[in-house]
Amino acid sequence: MDELKQVFLQESSEQLDALESLLLELENQPDDATTLNGIFRAAHTIKGAAGMVECAAVESFAHVVENVLDRLRNHEIEVSTTLAALMLRCTDHLRVLVANEAGAAPMSDDEITAQGALLLEQLAGYSPGGPVSAQPAGGDAGVERITAGGSTHNCWHISVRFGPDVLRQGMDPENFLRFLETVGDIRHLETLTDAMPAAAEMDPELCYLGFEIALESSADKQAIEDVFAFVRDECRLAILPPDSKVTDYLDLIRNLPEDTLRLGEILVQVGALTADELADGLRAQSAPADQAEPEPRPIGEILITQQVVQPELVVAAVAKQAQVTEKKAQDAKLIRVPADKLDHLINLVGELVIAGAATSLLAHTRRDGELIESSSLLTRLVEEIRDASLQLRTVQIGETFNRFHRLVRDACKDLGKDVQLVINGGETELDKSIVEKIGDPLMHLVRNSLDHGIEAPAVREAAGKPAQGTLFLNAFHDAGNIVIEVGDDGAGLNRDRILAKAVERGLVDAEAHLSDREVFDLIFAPGLSTAEQVTNLSGRGVGMDVVRRNLQALRGTINVDSQPGQGTRLTLRLPLTLAIIDGFLVVSGNRSYVIPLDAVVECIERPESEHERNYFNLRGQVLPAVCLREIFSLPGERPARESVVVVQYAGQRAGIVVDRLAGELQAVIKPLGAIFRHLQGIGGSTILGSGEVALILDISALIKLSGQAEQRLLARPEQRSA
Amino acid sequence: MSPQPASPASLAVAGAKAPVAVESSPAQYLTFLLGGEMFAVGILNIKEIIEYGSVTEIPMVPPFIRGVINLRGAVVPVIDLASRFGGKRSEISRRTCIVIIELAENDERQDIGVVVDAVSEVLEIPASEIEPPPSFGARIRADFIKGMGKVNGKFVILLEVDKVLSVDEIASLSQLAGDGADGNTGGAPSA
Repeated sequence: MDELKQVFLQESSEQLDALESLLLELENQPDDATTLNGIFRAAHTIKGAAGMVECAAVESFAHVVENVLDRLRNHEIEVSTTLAALMLRCTDHLRVLVANEAGAAPMSDDEITAQGALLLEQLAGYSPGGPVSAQPAGGDAGVERITAGGSTHNCWHISVRFGPDVLRQGMDPENFLRFLETVGDIRHLETLTDAMPAAAEMDPELCYLGFEIALESSADKQAIEDVFAFVRDECRLAILPPDSKVTDYLDLIRNLPEDTLRLGEILVQVGALTADELADGLRAQSAPADQAEPEPRPIGEILITQQVVQPELVVAAVAKQAQVTEKKAQDAKLIRVPADKLDHLINLVGELVIAGAATSLLAHTRRDGELIESSSLLTRLVEEIRDASLQLRTVQIGETFNRFHRLVRDACKDLGKDVQLVINGGETELDKSIVEKIGDPLMHLVRNSLDHGIEAPAVREAAGKPAQGTLFLNAFHDAGNIVIEVGDDGAGLNRDRILAKAVERGLVDAEAHLSDREVFDLIFAPGLSTAEQVTNLSGRGVGMDVVRRNLQALRGTINVDSQPGQGTRLTLRLPLTLAIIDGFLVVSGNRSYVIPLDAVVECIERPESEHERNYFNLRGQVLPAVCLREIFSLPGERPARESVVVVQYAGQRAGIVVDRLAGELQAVIKPLGAIFRHLQGIGGSTILGSGEVALILDISALIKLSGQAEQRLLARPEQRSA
Repeated sequence: MSPQPASPASLAVAGAKAPVAVESSPAQYLTFLLGGEMFAVGILNIKEIIEYGSVTEIPMVPPFIRGVINLRGAVVPVIDLASRFGGKRSEISRRTCIVIIELAENDERQDIGVVVDAVSEVLEIPASEIEPPPSFGARIRADFIKGMGKVNGKFVILLEVDKVLSVDEIASLSQLAGDGADGNTGGAPSA
């Protein structure tokens, strides 16, 4: 049951996300039937799933919401802004209820109840005939009726007679009915106790019950039949699709053990047939038989000639069913896989890549042509497997982007701004673990843009811009990276203010001449997020420095670009995956190091220089350099010829002096473990084909480290000679 | 102590000719030599013993961290015990081994290799033969010692591996070493 509940919690949060985004869509296009249906379906699914795991609170609240949605769908009430807002609040409440089931509610039980009551009260205004309640039972002897309100049109009809041994086998018919409610809505239910003998003869261990049920459901026949799977062999079950022909009902009546007329009446009560249809059908059927015709005309023909069934209706019903099946089929193409299984697979593929590299290294050292050929084939296949398995972990970023519709909408209401969110490239795929970690930084950037970037409508108009601001979220692939842009057409960054603040905090020298880019980069400096900027929306603890740190933890970067009066654009660059990188292997002091290939610009021979200083002349530009041998205190003599790998990171160029270059490789990243968590300049490790462990350099940290080391050295001049 | 008993199969000995007991019980200890002295570690923490070889040095860490090795695809840090106890680093000889010890700290399992001069044997030391550690005089931090085992009339230092190989402590020590590193003072001493 716990596992079921887990699935429920996850699925319902997905459904709630869908519900929310559909509701936002509905606000823009109030008449779109598809959206309405989608909303209804989402609410319905949540309700059904909640019933299945016995989350009564969620189920009953969702039921009321669903009722209002149903009226909306049937055009009994109109979509309005207030209603949409109310629905959004209901979605939030459902989310709280679901969170409560998970034991993670953000508020106390009393608050939840109070909030729920308030919403229910407001919803009551839209519900059919006020609060929904079960109507009193009907008067027929031996027949109990439950009517849940609403029409029974478009309902499945289910006739079920439980076998006598059902109870003995430990099945309770009631459970099946409850389970049926998870598939759809029981609109009408008749209990048949005709088979029940007199009290003296009754065996309490036997089941005598039968049910006639009108079920409103979007499920297909198979799904409904599956409800009764456990007792399929024990009971008589007949399922008629919505808008079935009257003949089918008549056939059903004839095939069931109970009295034909009585059944007919029940069907009328259930709402499957109208009284006239029944009477006509039965009369027409019996009339030819009276005339002793050898082959009685099938009732269907009679009914059709009598035009009881409209052909269009049948076609419509068939089309509707086809749609449902199609959707089912699409769902079936997706498989839910636990994330750790995928991780395990990726680990194994990583091992495979290493083992493959070892094999091909061996083949090359042996100079065995055939072996080289077969190992290169193997390498290609392994690379394909690697790419395919990494693909398994990727998800589209659109889902993350779409969450911001709500944020933008609510923020606009709070701030009195009018902002349109434009999303491009939502289908861009990236690693799920990255998507999970990018959500919060993105949220912060979007909030910042809304709060500080885009101006109030009046200000915008005064500046000659359209009153409605635009916030855009773009995603695209670029050279093995994924690029996410968060931009707006707002006021842009205020260069002078940032600079003034930075000087005030002692981050930069008042005399310093800084380029625009350097000034804008200051917004990422810790401590610059100032108190006067804090509003309800942004400045809630996470500063831009935290955003940058989060991104760096994902081996990503962030750049800011701004034009006064035109807007601001933040560009985030992230690796496609965290597991494997393309690397460039270098050797220094007989040890192998890997430089991430995307940081490498070019490789040059170390230029001749008369001085011992670590900068070079790179085509007329000064290139500061880090000597691996020096910074890592590597043993051994300096070789006569050294190489310099020119790297670029965060717009800055630097050289890394190494003994020799050893070419490109695929590096499967192996974390160094908790012991080395404070280690700077090393981003991780990888295992080379030879089995040797090579360290992966963290370029930005290395450059920073080198700068610090130099400063420390300058501060203690006596050590310079050391 | 790891709750997971090491399975007999995983206790493979390479390089040394130490006899290894097949079954494992809490009172069994692996004894090894370090700078001529005998030490012992509870056998339940030990995953395997491998020959010393191909250790990749890590820059800017305290000297007692020898580096990392590739243990069948996993990168495992290697600690020099002699240096951890405040002495000189072990000289590498033909009998030098790396004992892979599994630790469970903060709900995470971590393998750490320790360099020892030679492994000797697996001994059964009953609890009655274990004396409390001396308050001083062992020339090793007192919290590193779990007890003193009496074997053939001699004392063997039973090590408290959770303390000796405390991930948190080693990590903060390497942070200090990293912060102090300016390319000359910190890091691995030049070989």
